[in-house]
Amino acid sequence: MEGIKRFTADFGLPRLIITVYLLLLFASAPLVGVNLSASFSDVLIRVGMNGIMVLAMVPMIQSGCGLNFGLSLGVLAGLLGATISIESGVVGMAGFLVAIVVAQSFAALFGFGYGKLLNRVKGGEMMISTYVGFSSVMVMCIAWLVLPFKSPTMIWGYGGEGLRTTISVEGFWRHILDDFLVIRIGENFKFPTGAVLVFILAAFLVWVFFHLKLGTAVTAVGSNATYAKASGINVNRMRIVSVMMSTMLGALGIVVFQQSFGFIQLYDGPLYMAFPAVAAILIGGASVNKATLVHVFIGTLLYQGILTMTPAIFNAVLRVDMSDVIRVIVSNGMILYALTRKMKVAK
Amino acid sequence: MNPAEPILSLRGIGKAFFGNRVLADVSFDVAPGEIIGLVGENGAGKSTLMKILFAMPEIAETGGFEGSIRFDGKDVKFRDSFDALDAGIGMVHQEFSLIPGFTTTENILLNRESLNPSLLKDLFGPRIPTLDRAAMEGRSRKAIAKLGVSLDPDMLIKEMPVGHKQFTEIARELCRENVKLIVLDEPTAVLTESEAEVLLASLRLLARDGIAIIFISHRLREVVELCDRVVVLRDGHKINDFSAQGTSIKEIAALMVGRSVAAQARVDAESQARSVHAHPEADATILSVEGLWVDMPGETVRNVNLDVRKGEILGIGGLAGQGKLGIPNGIMGLSPAGGKVVLNGEPIQLNAPRAALDRSMAFVSEDRRGVGLLLDEGIDWNIAFTAMQVQDKYVKPLLGGLLKWRSDSAMTQLAQEYIKLLEIKCTGPGQRAGALSGGNQQKVCLAKAFALRPDLLFVSEPTRGIDIGAKHVVLETLKKYNQEYGTTIVMISSELEELRSICDRIAIVYEGRIEGILPHTAPLEAFGVLMAGADRDEAPALAGGEN
Repeated sequence: MEGIKRFTADFGLPRLIITVYLLLLFASAPLVGVNLSASFSDVLIRVGMNGIMVLAMVPMIQSGCGLNFGLSLGVLAGLLGATISIESGVVGMAGFLVAIVVAQSFAALFGFGYGKLLNRVKGGEMMISTYVGFSSVMVMCIAWLVLPFKSPTMIWGYGGEGLRTTISVEGFWRHILDDFLVIRIGENFKFPTGAVLVFILAAFLVWVFFHLKLGTAVTAVGSNATYAKASGINVNRMRIVSVMMSTMLGALGIVVFQQSFGFIQLYDGPLYMAFPAVAAILIGGASVNKATLVHVFIGTLLYQGILTMTPAIFNAVLRVDMSDVIRVIVSNGMILYALTRKMKVAK
Repeated sequence: MNPAEPILSLRGIGKAFFGNRVLADVSFDVAPGEIIGLVGENGAGKSTLMKILFAMPEIAETGGFEGSIRFDGKDVKFRDSFDALDAGIGMVHQEFSLIPGFTTTENILLNRESLNPSLLKDLFGPRIPTLDRAAMEGRSRKAIAKLGVSLDPDMLIKEMPVGHKQFTEIARELCRENVKLIVLDEPTAVLTESEAEVLLASLRLLARDGIAIIFISHRLREVVELCDRVVVLRDGHKINDFSAQGTSIKEIAALMVGRSVAAQARVDAESQARSVHAHPEADATILSVEGLWVDMPGETVRNVNLDVRKGEILGIGGLAGQGKLGIPNGIMGLSPAGGKVVLNGEPIQLNAPRAALDRSMAFVSEDRRGVGLLLDEGIDWNIAFTAMQVQDKYVKPLLGGLLKWRSDSAMTQLAQEYIKLLEIKCTGPGQRAGALSGGNQQKVCLAKAFALRPDLLFVSEPTRGIDIGAKHVVLETLKKYNQEYGTTIVMISSELEELRSICDRIAIVYEGRIEGILPHTAPLEAFGVLMAGADRDEAPALAGGEN
């Protein structure tokens, strides 16, 4: 009994409940006629799509800036990269790389300003970042209309000006990672090797960063800023570094997302991009001020698993579309739960 | 009531917090119209005694107290502070509790306002009627008049000089109809000398009206000047209770700081046995401080001039709030500071922690949990971090020095070394610092500073809140470190005994300035006099002119 209690406390009750729930979903899949291998494949593809955006939460949590509710800023940089790449007309892997390089430069710029702003509102980072996300998306709504894009695949058919709400990347770099070294088993199962590899590579780079002297300083700033200051660390600079990293990972994340999804969603598309990523890392067991790569992996898998499986099972059983309701309840409920108990970190 | 009967009599008051005794068998009486000075070092039990009198919740929460209180002819057992107020005891706290946006009158009469008669009151209760401003002003004027000062009843608190705020606080207590006893906790600490004079005159006026006053102060001159009787507390015991007439600051100071004769003899013998000139370079100056000011909340340093000799252990003592803690925090760049600090002949850049660390100075902060430790990280991180960041220790260069890889194994090894050396009780180098006991946390903080191999080490309150065993290890380690590596140590502590046991010289800080520097062999009274800010000539005379 003691053992069970300790296990529950270490693993975290919500994470336990969600894991059991997900297992139940998988177990009941064959009973209601849902194809298991297709479901597994869907989950993996979604993990590849969303993993890097969850990873983007880590640097800011570690530096004490809290959850990056302003992830949309990175997403916007990614959208700029993607649209500029398509405008340039480069296709295939080269086009994809152009998108990433351009996205990273914008993200670095945005992240620097964002970091400067967050340094002025210490203690209230998460509320401010939420509004940074919302307002920057709206500013870009104007920009999408007025930026001088010319590519016929992107601009409105009538009028000939302004970008469309949804732009297809087909013919440019759709599934460029998902289909890289893809493994197909049977009819329904597909392992998106390229996307998963890029996710793992990004995670490795973050791991390396936090094992460097610089990353160690960032962690110390998040753990106790006064201690760091007393050790001669420039606290504000470390925070900016972490915010820039977060924003750049967000930009990379959205480009990887788009190649798999097949579309670039502009205008208010990025508005709620931060919430699923926040929810995922919290489900993974991170707290507002401590996050590890294990939290990223477990969280992405659990959250995307639920997102894929719940609608499939519920629709088959109830014959009503509950998917979005469940998604909203789980992600917002998770955020609420984490914010009310800030300190607890699951192992 | 018989006028000879005391208004307040405390009998055998005692209190222990979690087995830690802070008060034992304190008894004294206060007669109506009498002014009692309550003095003692920090931690002598003054505040606890007043908390008991006021039935502060923390007393009941920690198991109540021993002894009995008799007030105004009746045995009383106050349930909470409101009971105490109703019975006629007023309290003026060290920190102001006033509403900045309200006027003097509004603050004085808060929640006791005069109300206009109204029919609505009968229907809806006392929250409905409007305020009778004219009557309120009359009442507050009356209370202010009792103090014998001029205060504008319509002035906003936030626009007042501090002295007026203090008078407003006292007027608020006076305004209660039945107040018979007022307790003032360090009322002059924030006042200028002339403001303090006026306050003392007001208090005399009140006493003449028959109100008893308990006056708590570190300023012994004021105590001697104002009080009828003086009660000295030391380590929770009442040491003496005597008429203030014919006593001197020196006498009170000696009573405040004096330990039992045997203990003192032991310390004295120990002190004598050590030689100041144990180090060959003892006369070279390593650090010289000129006109240092530090803006550290509660520990303001105003103008410190100080020379630290190479290889010595210099103690800095003084009562809380006088600014001794501000000195290292200012020099190490943690609090805004100005002035001139010269290390080994070259000036140090202030307000830049990195600059101080780069010049081979290190600091063990008095705020262990707030500044000294990464509570969520392991012991290894805590010890190695500063040395890693400042001196690139425990780092492996990768890709031709482009990347600096943290060497976890070197950090673990370092942590293990210090765990053994300082007898840190833990489960291993990876244990979270937050899970350690206070004493072991302090050892980790010391290890962090040692890992920097500093030329000059500031140690601030190294034994605060740790048990005796750990205390011993900490002090011994400092002494050993000083002897083995020739590291100059500046140790700041509230515990005079502790300073005398390991330091070569001891500087006493009073009101943000160095009041005087004495050799560790100087008699206790000399330190006591300096701590109380007494005449500068008096202390060196006591010390026999040796310095």
